[in-house]
Amino acid sequence: MSRTSELPALQALADGCLVLSHRLSEWMSLAPTMEEDVALGNIALDLLGQARGLLQQLGDEDRLAYFREAQEFRNPLICELPNGDFAHTMLRQLFVDAWLADVWPQLAAGTDDGQVRGVAEKAQKENAYHLRHSTSWVVRLGDGTEESQRRMLAALDALWPYRGEIQSDAWHARVADVLTQATLPVPDRDAWTQRTSADGWHTEHLGYLLAEMQSLARAHPGATW
Amino acid sequence: MTEKTTSSDASVTTQWPLWEVFIRSRNGLHHQHVGSVHAVDAEMAVENARDVYTRRGEGVSIWVVPSAQIVASDPSDKDSLFEPALDKVYRHPTFYEIPDGVANI
Repeated sequence: MSRTSELPALQALADGCLVLSHRLSEWMSLAPTMEEDVALGNIALDLLGQARGLLQQLGDEDRLAYFREAQEFRNPLICELPNGDFAHTMLRQLFVDAWLADVWPQLAAGTDDGQVRGVAEKAQKENAYHLRHSTSWVVRLGDGTEESQRRMLAALDALWPYRGEIQSDAWHARVADVLTQATLPVPDRDAWTQRTSADGWHTEHLGYLLAEMQSLARAHPGATW
Repeated sequence: MTEKTTSSDASVTTQWPLWEVFIRSRNGLHHQHVGSVHAVDAEMAVENARDVYTRRGEGVSIWVVPSAQIVASDPSDKDSLFEPALDKVYRHPTFYEIPDGVANI
């Protein structure tokens, strides 16, 4: 019974990890430094592993990842937004990491499914590192040069409306703490938010992302390597 | 020509400092030099070292040291520093039996 009520949340979590993993993989070979390139690749792979662990519990992971249409995805909209510049990517990552910092422990404590608990417990450690990484970049760029702060402020304006599906009291506390350290303003928590993906509504960006992510599997269904 | 000089100067000044990375592969062993990373500060150096050098479970501990802080011997001193040791075989511990119970030698 608890399994049934949990399913929508698991789907949102699995899809969020999958879609954000793909976005981060788009940075490969384009990150500001070679070290950061590897760091983003590591985070993308962690997220992909988390998505797979959950999708395997929800059904056939390949069918779910590669043969659903955009309207069937339930990821928080913020996960599908384009990367923008590096400041934009890091602030988006902070927002998602701060969300997952509460989601994974709740899932680990609340699920009666051993596999899901295993995924959540492993993900908790991985996310702690991701959060540390995104936090240090947001602080470094927010409290950096005039140019880096200008870019962080632009990212904050663009991303704040997408907090709707991931915010909570704990999320606001975490994010406000980092923004303050970064000498950035903390926007109004009651400000307008975008709609959610709960009814299958997405931004225009998800279709293009899926077209790239799914094209190989759709051209060669069932292919293995 | 002037332009070229300017752009190469810029690339030098925007280069992040270099850090040497040492990894301890398991408890009880010593840290070993594995390579280097670029980073703006110590915290980032540890994170970058973690991301670049411990992806396959290589380590349980990381040290980073600013490369500029390493003091190296002068290559031209090679003969005076190292050659005198070459003919002193009695300094090698090969004249002793190593007990079976001693690990990591």
